[in-house]
Amino acid sequence: MTDTTASTPARAGATSWLGKLEGKISWILLGLAGLALPLLDDSYIGVIAQRACIYWVLSAGLNLVVGYAGQIAIGWVSMLTLGAYTTAALAAGRVGAEWNPYLALAAGGVMGAIFGVIVGLPALRLRTFYFAMTTLGFATIVTQVALAWKDVTGGGVGTPGPTFPWPFEPGWGFYYFCFILAAVATWMTANIGSSRYGRALVAIRDAEVAAEASGIAKPKLLIMVFLLAGALGGVAGGLFASLQSYITPDAFTFEMSVLFFIAILIGGRGSILGPVLGTIILTALPEFAAPLVQWSTFLYAVLLLAIVLLVPGGIADLLDFKNRRPLTQHREIVPRTELLKRALDKTDGKHSIVLKDIALHFGGVRAIDGLDLEIRSGEVHGLIGPNGSGKTTTLNVISGYYRPKTGTMKLDGADMPFDQPHARASYRIARTFQTPRIVGAASVLENVMIGGTVHGQATFTEAMLSLPRNRRDEKLLRQAAMQALATVGLESLADVRADRLQHSELRFIEIARALMLRPAFLMLDEPAAGLSTEEIKRLGALIKAISREGTGVLLVEHHADLIFDICDRVTVLNLGKELAAGTPAEIRAHREVVSAYLGA
Amino acid sequence: MFASIISYGLAVGAVYALIGITYNVMFSASRVFSFTAGMLGMLGGVLGALFIKDWGINAVLGFVAVLACGAVLGLVTEILTVRPVLKNIEQHLYVLSTLAFALMIQQVTAIEYGTEAYPFPVLIPIDANSILAIVDQKFWLPVLACIVTIVGLEFLYRRTLIGRAFLAIAEDSYAARALGLPETRLRMASYALAGVIGTLAGFTGAQMLLAFIGNQPILNFYGFVPVALGGMGSNRGAVIGGLALGLFQQAANFLVGGIFAAVAVFAVFIVVLLLRPEGLAGASAARRV
Repeated sequence: MTDTTASTPARAGATSWLGKLEGKISWILLGLAGLALPLLDDSYIGVIAQRACIYWVLSAGLNLVVGYAGQIAIGWVSMLTLGAYTTAALAAGRVGAEWNPYLALAAGGVMGAIFGVIVGLPALRLRTFYFAMTTLGFATIVTQVALAWKDVTGGGVGTPGPTFPWPFEPGWGFYYFCFILAAVATWMTANIGSSRYGRALVAIRDAEVAAEASGIAKPKLLIMVFLLAGALGGVAGGLFASLQSYITPDAFTFEMSVLFFIAILIGGRGSILGPVLGTIILTALPEFAAPLVQWSTFLYAVLLLAIVLLVPGGIADLLDFKNRRPLTQHREIVPRTELLKRALDKTDGKHSIVLKDIALHFGGVRAIDGLDLEIRSGEVHGLIGPNGSGKTTTLNVISGYYRPKTGTMKLDGADMPFDQPHARASYRIARTFQTPRIVGAASVLENVMIGGTVHGQATFTEAMLSLPRNRRDEKLLRQAAMQALATVGLESLADVRADRLQHSELRFIEIARALMLRPAFLMLDEPAAGLSTEEIKRLGALIKAISREGTGVLLVEHHADLIFDICDRVTVLNLGKELAAGTPAEIRAHREVVSAYLGA
Repeated sequence: MFASIISYGLAVGAVYALIGITYNVMFSASRVFSFTAGMLGMLGGVLGALFIKDWGINAVLGFVAVLACGAVLGLVTEILTVRPVLKNIEQHLYVLSTLAFALMIQQVTAIEYGTEAYPFPVLIPIDANSILAIVDQKFWLPVLACIVTIVGLEFLYRRTLIGRAFLAIAEDSYAARALGLPETRLRMASYALAGVIGTLAGFTGAQMLLAFIGNQPILNFYGFVPVALGGMGSNRGAVIGGLALGLFQQAANFLVGGIFAAVAVFAVFIVVLLLRPEGLAGASAARRV
């Protein structure tokens, strides 16, 4: 235990020069191989390499949609089709005058971006199958339209693809064009992946509710990603049209989508390098095993099924040796409350959240039935009551997940809107969950950094281009997260995958994540559940210390000892109504509470 | 023209409705949307043409054999692609596993049978002067199949014990298991049933849609649209939505051309999903936190 605490902060704080190189070495090798490929002087290999690069331009964007955001876009080939026909039709002068091929290619990208967003719209409200089906339906329809719209697409006969003039003329010039675009796409998506936007995407995928509570607005973020992925798909389509030199609707089979998809899944979700390798291998493999060509889609499908059933994490998971190293046994969580002063702003003056006459029904069940509640800064307010008395529901009303039927909710006297859970972070209201909502595949540090998403300044574009503001954001978030982890006593585990931790540690990680908001109010939903007596004691001290820094704490708990130890005021709920309210001493003496709930 | 819009539209709509019901039967049993629905529809046509036209099997026997193949494929779907991923259903891996399986079957069909659209044999020899010949059998066969399926399912669900057990699983599989219902076996039965309904749709519609491998993605999508619009799990919604979709598509085809029809259906699909994610007739979803 002791030696890990001593060494890890240094490791996580400043990565050594050698370590950085180690992480980049595969990229450097890949880049050199790509640059040196023309030396082989084999035009057949050149064509395969062009195809791999083009496919990767599309897959790079798709990787953000599928691998990071977890949206199952199975028909993304439609973006390739759109881009190809747009570029080809404009360059060939089928719509108005003949366009310059480079301009036509850009138009293909714009077209892809527009339709990427349109196809993505259902994903903003619905997940999974509906979105998968929309992309599939769109792919079907685009092909139908391509067949029927003869003036522009040439129908079944097809249309010639564009030929790019100097400097990227057909041959190795065109190869370099594809290679450069693939490299740029990789660079941009890798930047997104490692920025707070990438972490937010993964959070939406694995812990959507927690992402919202951290202030991540899913629709806004997904639209940006669909825009980018659509644009990259469109550009890839334009290049594809040029590579094919003549395109017909048959060239864009749904099976191509499967190739893109499997490349990403084989590589592993939430990785950039893995899907690159996956794309290269899958593109090249059938070329070198000619008898396989006919069966290639079948084999891809078998591969897809095998991955899903056997290694859902992909190759990246299999190769993740770092996280196979055993963790120290018998770890102890020792919060360092003295660090709180730096983690929280000492709130000046008094703030309050006031609930008045809140009522909420689920069908015929009255979950909350006319509740008044006031949470003040600097105090720990306990909320207790038997199961089903409306404690968690109250918390969910405050954090915007439920809209009550009647009642008002005011923050410092001003109305606070119901709904909009993602807007709570901007009021600096943070929360934890009854069952910890953690991104298991991300490291502990990344999980905590998610909590500070709203403090980032850089826009999506700045993050994509890794501009200074984004790098500053990253540095600040990393520092703040290390500090929050140190405060709850888990800094030694910063680099560990979160799903390897034990339950009690997850509870403290949630608190660290909540602290990232520098919350004015902190709502804890049964934070002591599943903790040992010793851990509960430390948790109590931590909560008390947080409130003494000026944060208002709402504590939903079943452990009566913890409640009476640290609360300044207690409200007892029963059947959605207030049964009693007052200081712990008053509650302990309250006859009804004792008989109904506390017993003894 | 009006008559052909109606007859063609209702017939195609009935096929869509049956594929929608196929989705529903699998969904009710497992909360899984399976991409195998369109595959079953496609196979109904291809296998029917293969058995009856190419191998010269008697039409009735061929029909039974096609449905039996559907049932077997339904069972394989359940065992191979659904059961292993049910434990973590919130990860929605079934989307990929069922898609992979459907693609495997599609590819085998493409290689072994061919990618062209082949004609489907006339099933029932009807005298040109008979009353039945007023409307071509390729139009009334799918409608008849749709009616038989609905009546049959209604009878199964309302009047038989096993049907009630299906409903119990659909309502709350956890509670149903606690009551001692054999959930796994009922789920397998549901998938076999879905296999039968899916191939029935393809078989009866094949004189119109042909024995064509390209029907798979088309049926997958257009069979899903009525389910999405009518609310998942609702067979009534699937039938009404399916017939409406078929009529709308054919009317648009005849009046303004195919591009518009395809684009309009897609636009309606997206708009409804955005405005009413639970479908026009569905109930809203449960709590998240």
